[in-house]
Amino acid sequence: MKLNKILKNTLLIIFACFALSACATSKKTTGQMQGDVYTGTDTVEYLASGVPDRVFFATNESVLTTASRETLRKQASYLRKNSKITIVLEGHADERGTREYNLALGERRANAAKDYLMTYGISSNRISVLSYGKERPVDSGSNPLAWSKNRRSVTVKAN
Amino acid sequence: MRIFVKIIIFLILIPSKSFGLIEVDITRGNLDPLPIAVSPLSIDENSRQNFEKILKKKNIGEEISKIIEVNLKTSGLFNPLNKDAFLQAPDIANLKPRFEDWNLIKAQALITGKVSYTDEKLRVEFRLWDVLAGKEMVALAFTTVPTNWRRVGHIITDKVYQRLTGEKGYFDTRIIYVAEEGPKTKRIKKLAIMDQDGANNKFLTLGNELVLTPRFNPTSQMVTYLSYFRNLPRVYLLDIETGTQEVVGDFPGMTFAPRFSPDGKKIIMSFAKDGNSEIYTMDLENRIVEKITNHPSIDTSPSFSPDGKFICFNSDRSGYQQIYVMKSDGSSVKRISFGKGLYGTPVWSPRGDLIAFTKLHKGKFYIGVMRTDGSGERLLTENFYQEAPSWSPNGRVLIFYRETKTDDKGEGFSAKLWSIDLTGYNERMVKTPTDASDPSWSSLLSN
Repeated sequence: MKLNKILKNTLLIIFACFALSACATSKKTTGQMQGDVYTGTDTVEYLASGVPDRVFFATNESVLTTASRETLRKQASYLRKNSKITIVLEGHADERGTREYNLALGERRANAAKDYLMTYGISSNRISVLSYGKERPVDSGSNPLAWSKNRRSVTVKAN
Repeated sequence: MRIFVKIIIFLILIPSKSFGLIEVDITRGNLDPLPIAVSPLSIDENSRQNFEKILKKKNIGEEISKIIEVNLKTSGLFNPLNKDAFLQAPDIANLKPRFEDWNLIKAQALITGKVSYTDEKLRVEFRLWDVLAGKEMVALAFTTVPTNWRRVGHIITDKVYQRLTGEKGYFDTRIIYVAEEGPKTKRIKKLAIMDQDGANNKFLTLGNELVLTPRFNPTSQMVTYLSYFRNLPRVYLLDIETGTQEVVGDFPGMTFAPRFSPDGKKIIMSFAKDGNSEIYTMDLENRIVEKITNHPSIDTSPSFSPDGKFICFNSDRSGYQQIYVMKSDGSSVKRISFGKGLYGTPVWSPRGDLIAFTKLHKGKFYIGVMRTDGSGERLLTENFYQEAPSWSPNGRVLIFYRETKTDDKGEGFSAKLWSIDLTGYNERMVKTPTDASDPSWSSLLSN
């Protein structure tokens, strides 16, 4: 009887998980965004073949997504092989925030990328950080997709 | 640039503060502006010719009265009457107005005056009259260099405003702002300064580097701002009289969001390092730097209370952008914004009683005010995007900037300065030669 109850609960949880993920995916599949994180490649440039130069963030967030971490691991591997290259991480925000807060947010995003690169063996003295806040959008649109492209940290070769 | 001008007030008749004279209530939205007649300042032919030669203005008396009229109208509190209806000649009106004539055109107040060319200087006298009571309310005369003629108009407006509202004016002031040009993705930004009414616009930087958030020192002609000179975003200090610039402090990273303390002796700003922004002050005399906040969240947009005892600032320590107040040593931090949405850019009113802010709620941006304990929140204006309010020196008007939404092609972007009364009335665009953002209002230049 007890087992039955546990089984029932487990099933309920599994069911709930399915329901949630179904709901989430139906939202996710619209456009080139996952949640409100940009997943497209329109604006992406490459440091080298197969090494994208930028990662994207959710609104007001500086947390790295799974895709962002993958991109940064590729960058780290490229930088380990090319040990003379130094980089600037340029952190950006979208236009839907006050200027000063966005400067701080851009700095936080670039540092999130920096911290991750450092855990993959890139020395901090090869990395400098520069926040542009909302001053340098790549997409001048005033819509959620444009904003998602602009919430980014871009790795730029400095030498 | 020559800013400080010697204005010698050599004749001040004490304003008659007798009971029953007209008053303008500025604490409520004024839907019924006071009808006022601005009689052109009279000028003798000899003076007129001299000024025409120096200033290339045909009739400087009329020009000055036009400035007064525009100022009064812009304030939203006054309704300057059409000059065509004036019956009395300017020179005679200044000696002794025929109040019946002015009453007939429904003027409740009347400004008269005289301009003359004396010892190569511009001499002005003016009088403010209460038409109904038939009495003189203010009389003043002063001399200045002729090139200051616009300021003469502003100073007269300030005196009139002060006499009729009981509060200091804000007309003899300037606005420093960021002039913007070019596409949104490659915006070119320059520091620019202009008179409060948009005249005498000047660019202070060339646009070679990105500049943001200029703010006036309340006690001098200094400005602090953020510059990306050599791609190092740092807070700078600029003397707008001499043009000299210097970096503020020696920080190993981005400094931003600068403002002066009310006594003008310190700069308060944020310093960002390792993903954490904290608030610091630097004493401009002894260069001592103090760390004010200590929290792993973003702490920015600091602004002192006018007595210097408190600081309001923006922090996301609760998870999202909110407004906090602390003592000026960083102790007793208290969150004051609790409404729905995000709050940013807090600025303490020069009167001390209110904090202006930007609020984002459900995709709309608001400029609002609240008391310094967070109570009494009042939203003054709603738009697609607007932020960064700055107070007029008398704490009655806010200037801010507003950006438009771009269309599907990403075109149609503009950024403009706007002003609005504390009452929520009298919203108007402040004209600038280019797009504009980040306005900061100066203190009164005279008195």
